[in-house]
Amino acid sequence: MSRAETAPAPADRRPSPLWTFGLLRSELGTTLRRWRTLALLGVLAAVPVLVGIAVRIETGDGSTAGGGGEGPAFLAQITNNGLFLVFTALAATLPFFLPMAVGVVAGDAIAGEAGAGTLRYLLVAPAGRTRLLLTKYATVMAFCVLATLVVAVSALIVGALLFPLGELTTISGTRISFTEGLGRALLIALVVAASLVGVAALGLFVSTLTNSGIAAMATTVGLLITVQILDQIPQLHAIQPYLFPHYWLSFADLMRDPVYWDDLVRNLGLQALYAAVFGSAAWARFTAKDISA
Amino acid sequence: MAPYESDDALAAARDEDAPSRRRKAARYAVPVAVVGVAAVTIGLVPALADSGDPDLPKITAQQLINKIAKSDVQQLSGTVKITTDLGLPDLGGLENSLVSGAGQGSGDGSSADPQARLTELASGTHTLRVAADGPDRQKLSLLERGAEWSLVHDGKDVWGYDSKSDEVYHSTTAAAGKGADHRAESPTPKGFADEILKSVDDTTSVTVDGTAQVAGRDAYKLLVKPKQSGTTVGAVTIDVDAKTGMPLKFTLTPKSGGAAVLDVGFTRVSFDRPAAATFDFTPPKGAKVTEDEDAGAREHAPKGGQDLGKRLAGAEGAKVLGKGWTAVATFDTGAKGGLPTGSEGGDLGGFLGSLGDQVSGKFGKGTVFSTRLVNALITDDGKVYAGAVTKEALVKAADAGK
Repeated sequence: MSRAETAPAPADRRPSPLWTFGLLRSELGTTLRRWRTLALLGVLAAVPVLVGIAVRIETGDGSTAGGGGEGPAFLAQITNNGLFLVFTALAATLPFFLPMAVGVVAGDAIAGEAGAGTLRYLLVAPAGRTRLLLTKYATVMAFCVLATLVVAVSALIVGALLFPLGELTTISGTRISFTEGLGRALLIALVVAASLVGVAALGLFVSTLTNSGIAAMATTVGLLITVQILDQIPQLHAIQPYLFPHYWLSFADLMRDPVYWDDLVRNLGLQALYAAVFGSAAWARFTAKDISA
Repeated sequence: MAPYESDDALAAARDEDAPSRRRKAARYAVPVAVVGVAAVTIGLVPALADSGDPDLPKITAQQLINKIAKSDVQQLSGTVKITTDLGLPDLGGLENSLVSGAGQGSGDGSSADPQARLTELASGTHTLRVAADGPDRQKLSLLERGAEWSLVHDGKDVWGYDSKSDEVYHSTTAAAGKGADHRAESPTPKGFADEILKSVDDTTSVTVDGTAQVAGRDAYKLLVKPKQSGTTVGAVTIDVDAKTGMPLKFTLTPKSGGAAVLDVGFTRVSFDRPAAATFDFTPPKGAKVTEDEDAGAREHAPKGGQDLGKRLAGAEGAKVLGKGWTAVATFDTGAKGGLPTGSEGGDLGGFLGSLGDQVSGKFGKGTVFSTRLVNALITDDGKVYAGAVTKEALVKAADAGK
């Protein structure tokens, strides 16, 4: 893909393969130690707590939640099985909170370094621009998984504390064991994390366009909102299958029995396409631009 | 300044300025190429996968109809896509709330009630899953965004489960009679095809119109066309599986052209026995269960097709004028003055009036409400004429019925 990997570099400048992991580790450490990142993760962890407590209070007198099917998916089943809080929390955070958090981290990836004046020092180290970009993208994707798991684990703990656990009923009406339910919950969390790969690539590309971290974050989150709105306008149904959030809620299909794969596969394919397009665009931009800050 | 400290940029720096700039620009070709490859793939793969119509031995229309009649598929599972476009005025959410409101009014308020839910199929595109194992075990699921409504028929029990509201509907086949298994089949291509073929007579031309691939299976196309003029039905195409004789796809196009009014087809089908657990249903703990004791007395969900007129005629006091495709159902609402379509009806009257056309004839005066398939005439003296016929045929029928 890049000339950096094919062209023979001077021997003394070639970094060892392990160096990449060192770079990744330091990037992950830097990202996760930021107060901003911790605050985002805190907000994400709070969502299931709020949903769980609200449902618990509402159904305290024995009535069912959901009020006839309003609200995020799976809301009505939470009182029967706390595991459903995981799915409800993911369904509630996936349209906005999760991609916003990813947009902030991805938008900050390159532009934040440039804005703080640290980008050139990163490039002075024998990392290579392609390698640095890949490391940044890997960091953002690790954050996608981490953010999703934070929501899922927080929801699982709250669900186990407030509601009964045990055998659960899939949305198709069949019953599965709690262990299989947990397995599906993990699979759903991974699919949700994979759903964010597209927006992560988009944010990274925007981040290479500017030297201001704030501008990159705002643009990424703005694009996210715009695309979400476009996805709601019925007259635009012709382009909607190509918008990255279009199949996001397809993760719920994993709770059908048998699993309905069509939309899930489409979602993952679409995310891979966005990652390829905006990842390569970010590469083209980042390896060709003048780094002045 | 350290503008080019990366290893490849060092190599680039040795080059002269112009070629290096060109090479930088060339990098943008990568994302463009990715977009291009994706666009070509999306555009070409369906075209390549469509390997043309299959080569099947010739068959006459009568043989094909016999094949459908003899078809005895006991075990199947598959995904059905159903698209209905009646051309009703687009009222957005209002239409939905009217439909669900109407459905729930008669369904004791349970959102798991089959009657309430099958009404939803009357507009838009829906994905259904069907599974069957013999006459006693069937399952029909309506896939929704993040939710699902299932109707399970297992032996003497009929369960409806709405995952969105976590409500359960239960009745027994003793109460529902034979209606239960009929219901579970009706929104599939087979259900619609049976309705159409039941009424094939001398007013209909039936031909075999080549072959096609449906859900990866070879199929014959049966073309059913009304011979009479005056009907709004253009043609009905039924794609019949060449091996089992099972209808796989049903398309009803209006005479006025355009998109199909009704398009029901399998997108995936398998004739293996579905897993036994598919038909097991136990109400989840805490779910609200509605028992239905008198399901048999109920009218069943509406169906498309030619005999809509006859079906309407099932309503109390209704009779059918004419026969075949141009059958018109008529009944008396008993409301003198008809609908409040004039100024006396206030806002609602004006609104209803604007949806219909005012017509007059020997029968008096009335308002015609049109969809792409069914037209209905409501006269000022409270009579209703409805059928899959044109406006002129409707007025003629009203004149003759006077």
